Amino acid sequence: MPSIGVRGLKGARGLKTTNKDLSPVQQLLEKKYNGGFLNRSEKVIPAVLFIMAAVSVLTTLGIVLTLIFETITFFRDVSIVEFFTSTEWYPFSNTDPVYGIWPLVLGTLKITLIASVFAIPIGLAVALYLSEYAGTRTRKIMKPILEVLAGVPTIVYGFFALTFVTPVLREIFPSLELFNAISPGIVVGIMIIPTIVSLSEDALSSVPEPVRHGALAMGSTKWETASKVIFPAALSGILASIVLGVSRAIGETMIVSIAAGSTPSAALDLTSSLQTMTSYIVQVTTGDAGFGTTIYYSIYAVGFTLFVFTLAMNMLAQFISKRFREEY
Amino acid sequence: MTLTAVNSTKNSESMQNQELFVYNTKNLNLWYGDHHALKNINLGIKEKDVTAIIGPSGCGKSTYIKTLNRMIDLVPGVKTNGTIEYRERDIFSKNFLVEELRTRVGMVFQKPNPFPKSIYENIAFGLKIHGIKNKQIINETVEKSLRGAALWDEVKDRLHEPAYGLSGGQQQRLCIARCLALEPDVILMDEPTSALDPVSTLKVEELIQELKEKYSIIIVTHNMQQAARISDKTAFFLNGEVVEFDATDTIFNSPADSRTDDYISGRFG
Repeated sequence: MPSIGVRGLKGARGLKTTNKDLSPVQQLLEKKYNGGFLNRSEKVIPAVLFIMAAVSVLTTLGIVLTLIFETITFFRDVSIVEFFTSTEWYPFSNTDPVYGIWPLVLGTLKITLIASVFAIPIGLAVALYLSEYAGTRTRKIMKPILEVLAGVPTIVYGFFALTFVTPVLREIFPSLELFNAISPGIVVGIMIIPTIVSLSEDALSSVPEPVRHGALAMGSTKWETASKVIFPAALSGILASIVLGVSRAIGETMIVSIAAGSTPSAALDLTSSLQTMTSYIVQVTTGDAGFGTTIYYSIYAVGFTLFVFTLAMNMLAQFISKRFREEY
Repeated sequence: MTLTAVNSTKNSESMQNQELFVYNTKNLNLWYGDHHALKNINLGIKEKDVTAIIGPSGCGKSTYIKTLNRMIDLVPGVKTNGTIEYRERDIFSKNFLVEELRTRVGMVFQKPNPFPKSIYENIAFGLKIHGIKNKQIINETVEKSLRGAALWDEVKDRLHEPAYGLSGGQQQRLCIARCLALEPDVILMDEPTSALDPVSTLKVEELIQELKEKYSIIIVTHNMQQAARISDKTAFFLNGEVVEFDATDTIFNSPADSRTDDYISGRFG
């Protein structure tokens, strides 16, 4: 195998030219550089990776464009002013359908609000406990359990809301209707707790240990250290985890479809049936309206509104993590 | 030259008054699990001395200084017996809150570890957690502490900027200032210059010289020249034992133990 490689190696060793002088390692190295395969594969890899990246970007673009075009089609039939200003949503009326998005937005907001009130304090408390107080063993047991909670299909959560949480709540508050905002709100909260815990815990744990020691060595208690040094230091990650959790609550579909009912309502009441943007889309796509009808196109308008909400949340999360970033 | 002079005055002072010990360690033993890291330590540390602790890596010097403010408690599986008295109070006693001990005994760490807050907030933090809310007192203390740590002139125009924008040496002096804000009795320094460049090191050493007028300082260092330059007393640790503890110039010029001699003359370590 006469080659450049051999000459290079020979030069380095300052010895004779024959192959048998090469050690096994040198022989293998020589083989690697003489094959020419390395050069070709290094050129192909970026191209393959670029195609993968392009596919995912184009898919997203395609979805957004579909949403936009179908939404435009919808607004040929329905006035955009009515869509944003009317407080009634009666698409199935035969005589006089009304398309005012507000009741659906309000339904989504009710669920999101209850979920947040429930999940944020619990999620942050658990994250603080796991990162600052729990021993390694407790953490090793609790984190996987929380991850299992994150993996439970939402249909199971929905079922849980309707058949367990609602009856329990109705025992306590008899005036609560079978379909209401509170029960699915709480269960959506349970669903987003793992998101908040997991990301907040990561943010808290990534505050360097010497910072903790610095605070403790000044005579602060564990709680003072956690709440006044570690928590503020991790704030950007914590806020981002909250925003992410909230945006999951906004987009949550199955739980609200099952346990919140399907009555678009502009009332602020939390004890009665409501409909969210997502559950309206489910209602229509599961067969209540034919293709090409105004109702069919309305799901695109609702979907687009929903998309604007979650997009805004994602941008908020990005902004927060930049704005509050602490360098260690 | 001056070292000897300083030591002799210190010694004569302590002759007059036997109550000047800040720390008295009696028969201290410490284990990390099964590893016997400190063996029967007996040390009396005098007030307003700079006491240097030297020794090769793994000799227990860092362990010992961390025991003095009970930061060692944070290491899982540590067992101790024997006593350490701080101002004649047993630091392991249930009646002595560890937070109180650490308020009176400040600590500067190996690597600068300012809080991810502004320069001002780094100093104000100690006061705030101890319930001092008076803005005027806080402002005055921030300035006094930064002056005390020879940092004021460099940072006075950017007190509200993040502490992480400072250089490593400035950060370490900020950490010293942070200690000073609580007006501690003792300052423990665990290799405070090992992460600093020579110029910053010199500044910190000069600072220690000034601080010893008001504070008792215990400093762990692996730099023997540093110990010789700044300390009054030196303890030589080896394999978890105190081999020799004496006036610094005695340790460096006429050590009693041959192992001390071997170490300071660079034959090992």
